[in-house]
Amino acid sequence: MAITLTEAAAGRVKEYLDNRGKGVGLRLGVKTTGCSGMAYVIEFADAVEADDVVFEDRGIKVIINPKSLVYLDGTELDYAREGLNAGFKFINPNVKDMCGCGESFNV
Amino acid sequence: MALLQISEPGESTAPHQHRLAAGIDLGTTNSLVASVRSGLAETLADELGEHLLPSVVRYRAEGEPQVGREALSAATRDPLNTIASVKRLMGRGVEDVKGLGAHLPYEFVPGTSAMPLLHTAAGAVSPVEVSAEILKNLKRRAENALGGELRGVVITVPAYFDDAQRQATKDAGRLAGLHVLRLLNEPTAAAVAYGLDQGSEGVTAIYDLGGGTFDISILRLNKGVFEVMSTAGDTALGGDDFDRSVALWIMQQAGIPDDAGHAQMRRLMQVARSAKEALTDASSVEVKVERNDGSHWSGDLTRATFDELCGPLVQKTQGPCRRALRDAGIRAGDVKAVVLVGGSTRVPLVRRRVAEFFDREPLADIDPDKVVAIGAAIQADILAGNKPEDEMLLLDVIPLSLGLETMGGLAEKIIPRNTTIPTARAQEFTTFKDGQTAMSLHVVQGDRELVSDCRSLAKFELHDIPPMTAGAARIRVTFQVDADGLLSVTAEEQVRGVKSSIEVKPSYGLSDSEIEHMLKDSIAHAQEDMEARRLREQQVEADRVLEALQAALADDGDKILTGQERVVIDTAARQLGAARDGSDPQAIKRAIEAVEAASSDYVARRMNTSIREAMAGHRVDEFKST
Repeated sequence: MAITLTEAAAGRVKEYLDNRGKGVGLRLGVKTTGCSGMAYVIEFADAVEADDVVFEDRGIKVIINPKSLVYLDGTELDYAREGLNAGFKFINPNVKDMCGCGESFNV
Repeated sequence: MALLQISEPGESTAPHQHRLAAGIDLGTTNSLVASVRSGLAETLADELGEHLLPSVVRYRAEGEPQVGREALSAATRDPLNTIASVKRLMGRGVEDVKGLGAHLPYEFVPGTSAMPLLHTAAGAVSPVEVSAEILKNLKRRAENALGGELRGVVITVPAYFDDAQRQATKDAGRLAGLHVLRLLNEPTAAAVAYGLDQGSEGVTAIYDLGGGTFDISILRLNKGVFEVMSTAGDTALGGDDFDRSVALWIMQQAGIPDDAGHAQMRRLMQVARSAKEALTDASSVEVKVERNDGSHWSGDLTRATFDELCGPLVQKTQGPCRRALRDAGIRAGDVKAVVLVGGSTRVPLVRRRVAEFFDREPLADIDPDKVVAIGAAIQADILAGNKPEDEMLLLDVIPLSLGLETMGGLAEKIIPRNTTIPTARAQEFTTFKDGQTAMSLHVVQGDRELVSDCRSLAKFELHDIPPMTAGAARIRVTFQVDADGLLSVTAEEQVRGVKSSIEVKPSYGLSDSEIEHMLKDSIAHAQEDMEARRLREQQVEADRVLEALQAALADDGDKILTGQERVVIDTAARQLGAARDGSDPQAIKRAIEAVEAASSDYVARRMNTSIREAMAGHRVDEFKST
């Protein structure tokens, strides 16, 4: 399995990284918080840690901690527009249910 | 599924806890809102993809006010209820507005309030309320685009806005339900958008040519702080004037008579505007208009002709540029970066002229309509806490000195201009008369020496000062300026601890030219101000000496002095009185010295008498120190 990006997501990540002017890639993860168990983390990465797993898709390095990977393996990151709002979306096959807002989830 | 943004490393927020922040450019003609998403600052569009919101509000008898394009299109149909350019009224008093009144189509409601009220179909509204409607619209847009409630906003204001105008802007934000993190000077925001605050220290010029106004600001970056060195401008020069020049050319070419009706003139202005915009990229554009009789005219407008038409207008911006440089005490060559702001700086001729004037290519990569909002958004993002701690937080400075009126109508500066904010400064004052139990404090803003040349901000009183001899009481006055440049003043008597304070409520009432010329005046009048101060100081000293002398003479003059001695002192006092009313500080000083010399014997004898009286009936050993 792996972590992948849609074309839209990869384009956006590249644009944001270029604008930021530094960073080795995108760090994805989960943390235990939120209304329904787990919450997604999506950050710029300035360094790869020793036990990080690194995927590369469409020219973007996706960096992920092995503990988070078990919750995210197989995820495709998408960039979507809903009305005026636009942002990243995790299409995660591991999710059993999520809170109404979709910001946190259970596996 | 919620839509997520990329955070800085370690700055991820818990679900529903996103620190959403926005920057708002509340403009005279158009307003914008911008936000930082995934590290990128962008202006936010409305449902139709429009970024610019016309700063126009139309009030109706029923229902919510209309804001923006909708209101703008109704402006000619319903001029009395459609408020445009309300920014020009912010923080102004009724009297100021009467001055502007000739050009304003609105009806003002006479009221007891210091703020002018506009009469509309929905009742009387204040400029603050009108601005709040624009802000509410932008708030809604931002919250839709960001998918949550705004934690805070940064609103930009012109560098020359005074306290009253800043307070009014902040009030409008609060009224719109926004948490105003701070107000930021527009030129500073533009510099921030280009990251100049992160760069090397130096002088930046911000050339802002909008639809109807021109502003030039000279900023100096010093230890991460932007100081406004000078500002200048023309409040009636902008892109609209370009359109008018082109429209007149079209009328001439097409043989349309000068007495074109309002509707036709508006159509012509629209055609002119489109032609102007096309000429930003094209070297020639075809212009088509319909005459009133239904016949058509078409012709080519070349960029060369356009440059000829608008050349004199562009030339007009150079006067303020020179003035700003002179006020800042620098030459064009000292400017390290020039930033272009305002839609009219897209005109190639403008860019060329600016480049020639400053002898360097201006920065123009960021859309000049959006650059101020983008800079504000970057500040808002930092203030909302989305950046790691070590990111530099931009500081601002107060544009005009703040101080108190002292005896003789002199302005004592407590916080000098260009002090970084927030700041607090204290100074001790004392009483002028024996037994004085109250003190009136007059807070002023400006850099002139005489209060009459400064701007009055507020007056308040401190009561219950314990009666003491003149000069013995100690009253500590503290000036505090918060991050938005808003002032609170506290006076505290140090013995009994009685206290009185005031938040500087905007005391509206300063005309356009006054704000812009205040700084300039302080430089131009430096010499005469100094002389005026010397004169006033001597006059105050003369009054103090005469007051003390008269009090003493009334008390024991006849007891201690012989008739002959009394005449000498009275003569000297009379001469001092005459000199005091003159205008020569040296003469007053000499007269004061003469009075002191004439009365020195008397003062010494008084002292002896009072000591004798104090000691009468006591034995000497009672006074021995133990």
